[in-house]
Amino acid sequence: MTTITRENAATVTRAEVEDFLYQEAALLDEWDLPTWLDLFTEDAIYQVPCNDDPTGAGDRSLMLIDDNRLRLASRVERLGSRKAHREYPHSNLRHFISNVRILEQDSEVLKITCSMLVGRFRANRETWYCARADYDLLLSGGAFRIRRKRVALDMTTLRHSSDVAIIL
Amino acid sequence: MTITTTDTGLGSHHVIEEPESRTFRVRRTAMTSQDVFEAERERIFAHTWLYLGHESEIPDKGDYVRRPVGGRPLFMVRGAKTGEVNVFHNTCTHRGAAICRADKGSQKVFQCFYHAWTFDSEGELKGVPGEDAYVDEIDRAGLALQKVRTESYRGFVFVTFDPEIEDLTTYLAGARQYLDYVVDAMNGEVEVVPGTNEYGFDANWKLLVENSIDGYHASSTHDTYFKYLQTLGTDLSIGVSGVTKDLGNGHAVLEYRAPWGRPVASWEPLFGEDSKEEIAQLKADLVEKHGPEKAEMMTEINRNLLIYPNLVINDIMAVTVRTLVPTAPDRVEVTAWEIAPKGELPQLRQRRLDSFLTFLGPGGFATPDDLEALESCQQGFSSGGVEWNDISRGMGRAAQATDEEQMRAFWRRWRDQLDTTN
Ligand code: FES
Ligand SMILES: [Fe+2]
Repeated sequence: MTTITRENAATVTRAEVEDFLYQEAALLDEWDLPTWLDLFTEDAIYQVPCNDDPTGAGDRSLMLIDDNRLRLASRVERLGSRKAHREYPHSNLRHFISNVRILEQDSEVLKITCSMLVGRFRANRETWYCARADYDLLLSGGAFRIRRKRVALDMTTLRHSSDVAIIL
Repeated sequence: MTITTTDTGLGSHHVIEEPESRTFRVRRTAMTSQDVFEAERERIFAHTWLYLGHESEIPDKGDYVRRPVGGRPLFMVRGAKTGEVNVFHNTCTHRGAAICRADKGSQKVFQCFYHAWTFDSEGELKGVPGEDAYVDEIDRAGLALQKVRTESYRGFVFVTFDPEIEDLTTYLAGARQYLDYVVDAMNGEVEVVPGTNEYGFDANWKLLVENSIDGYHASSTHDTYFKYLQTLGTDLSIGVSGVTKDLGNGHAVLEYRAPWGRPVASWEPLFGEDSKEEIAQLKADLVEKHGPEKAEMMTEINRNLLIYPNLVINDIMAVTVRTLVPTAPDRVEVTAWEIAPKGELPQLRQRRLDSFLTFLGPGGFATPDDLEALESCQQGFSSGGVEWNDISRGMGRAAQATDEEQMRAFWRRWRDQLDTTN
């Protein structure tokens, strides 16, 4: 993982954030989900809102994914089993991250936004997910931790992709 | 592939029931044939009541939602004059352009962008630019937006393209009582939660009909979901027990007791200690209002209800409303909404939302596996080496929750409708 020598998140650069996001993407593409899960804080949330309600909040809208840390751990466990039938065997994945911007930063937290394109290939089927991803990153002990990851899909429906059984 | 049905109808060619030997078989070409797909469009989807949406989606005058029903573009708008729910074909009577061009919103006047004809929310033609070009007076009444026959039952709005068929309430037959359970348990105050699941997959729509009311596959297909429930502390040892029923007209239900709680008046630790009292109160109110028996049905019993041909209402930890629309023999589009009581306690609403997305959503821990199962069935059909599906489970006994009587109810009606040649 990226080691950040800085103490203060206020001085972190975009390149350092990008390094972190690329490494996260690599863990997902390699299906190293237990290591990926360790990137998240205990109070983390991971959300994917419904296509027709991109600003929806998990306490009043139906979401596609609205995981707290416990549910995220269950998701990782599920995807590691042979009984997650939609992802056994696993799809080939490729996460592309671009247009990274630091929206806000103070001494502890950075708010990041980026564009995300995820290719998913399995059983002769190809699916592309295009999205805006927003992160709250925490800098502590020389490493980033994800406190919030929210992926809002650009597709108007899931008709073609059919599901979000992978982690975006 | 062309199917020859010389001595039987198209339905009877595909569905064989033999009570003596307790077998019920469905020919796999019912899921693969283009002829069957086209016959379904004409003989089923054009001659049944089809769910469009819920009245609470358009509370105020001028509010509208646009969506296809049975593959036809429609929109539903609350008329500004009458306050009635109007459903129109979403096509301009001039030369065809779409009149309603957003999925939802509110407006009292709809202007066609092509030549700028305007219609009001009751469908009347209001404005025609350069009207003096029509030497005889333009036929305003004849050029009004075309209405679709619409009826609603307790807020659920259905449409039909058949002017002749029975009224909606009669059509619903035994399914009506189950809609009543849902609505009465919410004190009649039903709302559609924001956020829609709109997905699709490569299998025949009837496979999803079967799957939506299939209790037999739950423990094998959804092992990871039950593991997750255990992580949350749900005790699964009591298991699932219940019955399946034919409700008439092709409607069917699977109903069962299950180890999980229900936000309507069946508490479990997951809901939090602080909601225990309110849930007990909810239950007491329902018992007082509806009597202990009906209240028991509303609060303790889970059910998966099929309203023929393509509406599924799961009244379980959350209440889901989903429609299944075929777009090809091997392709189906699903649209799913969550309904809930208005003004519900936040922690109960949260449990409801969590339950829906973890179990039934396309990002959840169960639905993706159903999709995988149905697509793999569809792929299996193309082998051609096996001609029939077997749907005999539980024939000749009082059908239990893991039996297939509810599917047979669907298939019998499907057979009869496909045998007609209207
Ligand atoms: S098509 Fe609508 S005004 Fe011409
Ligand atoms: Fe299932």
